Amino acid sequence: MELNHLRAWELKKLLESREVSSREVLESVLDRIKSDGKSINSFITLMEDGAQKAALKVDKKRSSGKKLGALAGIPVVVKDNICVKDNLCTCGSGILKNFIPPYDATAVELLKGEDAVIVGKTNMDEFGMGSSNENSYFGPVKNPYDLKRTPGGSSGGSAASLASDMSILALGSDTGGSVRLPASFCGVVGLKPTYGLVSRYGLVAFASSLDQVGCLTKDVKDCAMLLSAVAGYDQRDSTSINIVRKDYTKSWEDDLKDIKIGVPKEYFGGGLNKEVKENVLKGIEALEREGFKTLEVSMPGTDRSIAVYYVLCMAEASSNLARYDGARYGFRTKETFDLDLMYKKTRTKGFGDEVKRRIILGTYVLSKGYFKAYYQKAQKVRTIIKKDFDRAFEKVDFLITPTSPTTAFKLGEKIEDPLTMYLSDVYTTSANLTGIPAISLPCGKDSFGLPIGLQIMGKPLSEELLLKVAYTFEQNLKR
Amino acid sequence: MIYEAIIGLEVHAQLLTDSKIFCGCSTKYGSPPNAQTCPVCLGMPGVLPVLNKKTVEYAVKMVLAVGGRINEESFFARKNYFYPDLPKGYQISQYEKPLAYGGFVEIDLSHGKPKVKRNKRIKIERIHLEEDAGKSIHIENKDSKTLVDMNRCGVPLMEIVSQPDLSSPEEAYLYLGKLKQLLEYLEICGCNMEQGNLRCDANVSVRPEGEKNLGIKTEVKNMNSFKGVEKALNYEIERQIDILKSGGRIKHETLLWDEEKEKVSFMRTKEVSPDYRYFPEPDLVKLVVKRDWIEKIKRTLPELPDHKKERFLKKYKIPEYDASVLTSSKNLADFYEEGLKFYSAPKILSNWIMGEVLRELREKRCEIGDLRIKPEDLAGLLMLVDDGIISGKIAKDVFKEMVDTGRKAKEIVKEKGLVQVTDKGQIEKVVEEVLKKNKENVNEYLSGKEKLFGFFIGEVMKKTKGKADPKLVNQILKEKLKR
Repeated sequence: MELNHLRAWELKKLLESREVSSREVLESVLDRIKSDGKSINSFITLMEDGAQKAALKVDKKRSSGKKLGALAGIPVVVKDNICVKDNLCTCGSGILKNFIPPYDATAVELLKGEDAVIVGKTNMDEFGMGSSNENSYFGPVKNPYDLKRTPGGSSGGSAASLASDMSILALGSDTGGSVRLPASFCGVVGLKPTYGLVSRYGLVAFASSLDQVGCLTKDVKDCAMLLSAVAGYDQRDSTSINIVRKDYTKSWEDDLKDIKIGVPKEYFGGGLNKEVKENVLKGIEALEREGFKTLEVSMPGTDRSIAVYYVLCMAEASSNLARYDGARYGFRTKETFDLDLMYKKTRTKGFGDEVKRRIILGTYVLSKGYFKAYYQKAQKVRTIIKKDFDRAFEKVDFLITPTSPTTAFKLGEKIEDPLTMYLSDVYTTSANLTGIPAISLPCGKDSFGLPIGLQIMGKPLSEELLLKVAYTFEQNLKR
Repeated sequence: MIYEAIIGLEVHAQLLTDSKIFCGCSTKYGSPPNAQTCPVCLGMPGVLPVLNKKTVEYAVKMVLAVGGRINEESFFARKNYFYPDLPKGYQISQYEKPLAYGGFVEIDLSHGKPKVKRNKRIKIERIHLEEDAGKSIHIENKDSKTLVDMNRCGVPLMEIVSQPDLSSPEEAYLYLGKLKQLLEYLEICGCNMEQGNLRCDANVSVRPEGEKNLGIKTEVKNMNSFKGVEKALNYEIERQIDILKSGGRIKHETLLWDEEKEKVSFMRTKEVSPDYRYFPEPDLVKLVVKRDWIEKIKRTLPELPDHKKERFLKKYKIPEYDASVLTSSKNLADFYEEGLKFYSAPKILSNWIMGEVLRELREKRCEIGDLRIKPEDLAGLLMLVDDGIISGKIAKDVFKEMVDTGRKAKEIVKEKGLVQVTDKGQIEKVVEEVLKKNKENVNEYLSGKEKLFGFFIGEVMKKTKGKADPKLVNQILKEKLKR
């Protein structure tokens, strides 16, 4: 039995019955990373020493009969834009290649509190800006299903680590689909929770009003476990929602017969790959067989979501990334001591092309004379899109769509054409614009053997039910 | 042609909260550089601001004091610009919907002449909250460099923007004084311009009297004292008038006041002024200030200066000028009222405070709390005068000693033997001696040179080392010189 192939809930049983130790579990993961980690390139920092100490601590605690957290001894990897105290946090960027935060992100603090074993920091598109993981200062992550293909972005390192059994659980972040797209391309589960459910404290901001820490796991039960650990109100994040913490792992067998599922027709139009469409429709049929009622709905605002998303995320990014100026931490050019030139050279050299593109465009849309035409208009359309969803959710409980129009494309295929690349997010950005939860689930494979993703979106804070529906779907697919 | 000036002031007041506006760091002044910082105020990656409720409470106090309207919902915004002492690359401020609009303060233009009572209302445009930036320290030598101190970074600021209602540097000075008075009464700002906890920028334009349209304005920055504001505005108004008179045009630009050279220098034109790209701060939720909270804060407001002055006029029947001076600062007014608990002649106490006490404060350049004399001690001194134990003149010397040593009047009088001589026989003896010694003067006096009366008094006082009761001396001298 290869321990690293198991799910977290399976390992939890083995660990609790003391059939295996945390160190053994960690060893299996580390062995796997050592043999193939370089070729997949999913890690920026491997925290071997720290992980071993954490695993040893869990084993000792267990043998002395002390109370252990819900994730005791389970290996977790963390996307490299989420701070783990005293470890590099590069955000996949040259400008932060030497940055070590003296604090834990709240999500990481919670993981540590549950005795999880943090194994490393995963590779990603620079500051989360990308759909293919090619925008990393540390080189692209490869898709374990086909090393010539992208794992999806920007949480590509987290998704690929799971798909190649280099981790058991993974944290990612999702600003426009950055958890769900790689989950879909790598055949794993990816959840973007409701905005404000998981604290953003310690998640390095890309676009503050859209960013959310998300869960990548091998199945839905694991996803519930991980979400239960990291969700909850945090007074250090003013946008965090003040609700009582929940255990999402409790029951899976509820009667879900009255649940109505909407199929928005705008998500099945032009640009959608034929095989993806067929598989997702088959998935919907499977849910119907489980007794769910499905109906077609219309979301006319859908085709605007990409434009609105990119205007807003670039605007916020241009401001969020202003702090990387070389003056206090991170990379600084050694070429000059002139202040303005120092800023220019540091940022020119420190940032990659896509990040610079977004900073420039974001600065533009916030500028005098353009603010109304772009930023304010985008905010207005964002409200319209929200109303679209509100209307749909009056009729149905969940919406089912493909996660992405295609399966994993080849590395290099779209990198020269940003607009085509941006369209990879066409089905995912709406959930960020509206703040609703959305999950990507594996839904068969195409003729190349590449995973296909199905997305379920729910009302704000409907995670509990969303996970149950997802579980039902997953069980059905297994049969 | 006669020109009139139009001035609007933007005043930044550092709020006296214990911690910063978006993190828990201390706001104490004068700590070692960067000792009062944390990842949040240093703007490190991934951290988030959390609003300090106390700063809102303080700003609401000011809005209530000037009668402004508090927006139940207001928003924070980012003001984007690059500077090393601005660690996030943006300042969190309020832009489109600030904490409050409206309100006014009244300035008194009667110049201490109560008969020409002339008040003017200066309207407030808006009041909002924002964070301060750090401090850049430029070291200029052969390898010149700039160091940054982030202790001030994130210290809460309240910006008070006036409408362009001020028409002279003097009015600006009085308006600032009035704001300072309110801030001090509310105990929400240290109000020391030199220390930078009260700062002021001015928008200035001039136009021919009678003209309706506004002239082109300039912005004057870097005025670091009350007097500096008055001087800078005088300078700038004259500069603008000179330009217009010689047929020139005012440029829309930002100027810096140089306190030493007493002139303004060019900083930048408005055409190249930075575009701050304001947009709503996504890391903070809207600021909600509910009615019942406002009511609660209202109940904590102290008596404000204008009310206090009215009350002093009615209750203590002192002249308007006295009431204005005594209520000019809360500490002075408190000192006065505390003194009256021990001493029951309001006008006499007022005279002493306006005379001796304020003179000491001016000479020592300090606050009333710094003097070693307590209100009850001053009252004790005045009672010694009333009881005829010391003369008013000696009392002034005793007062000085009390201020310097913190000792009580009675002790000093006793130790130095300053008790007034009220024994008629004793004084008569001295008077006789003086008259005997100055026969010529006596003759001159008797032949009509009445001015010499003062000379005799002086001689008697000299002989008694000032201790003789002046009233008695007067009376006895008159009697003796009649003969």
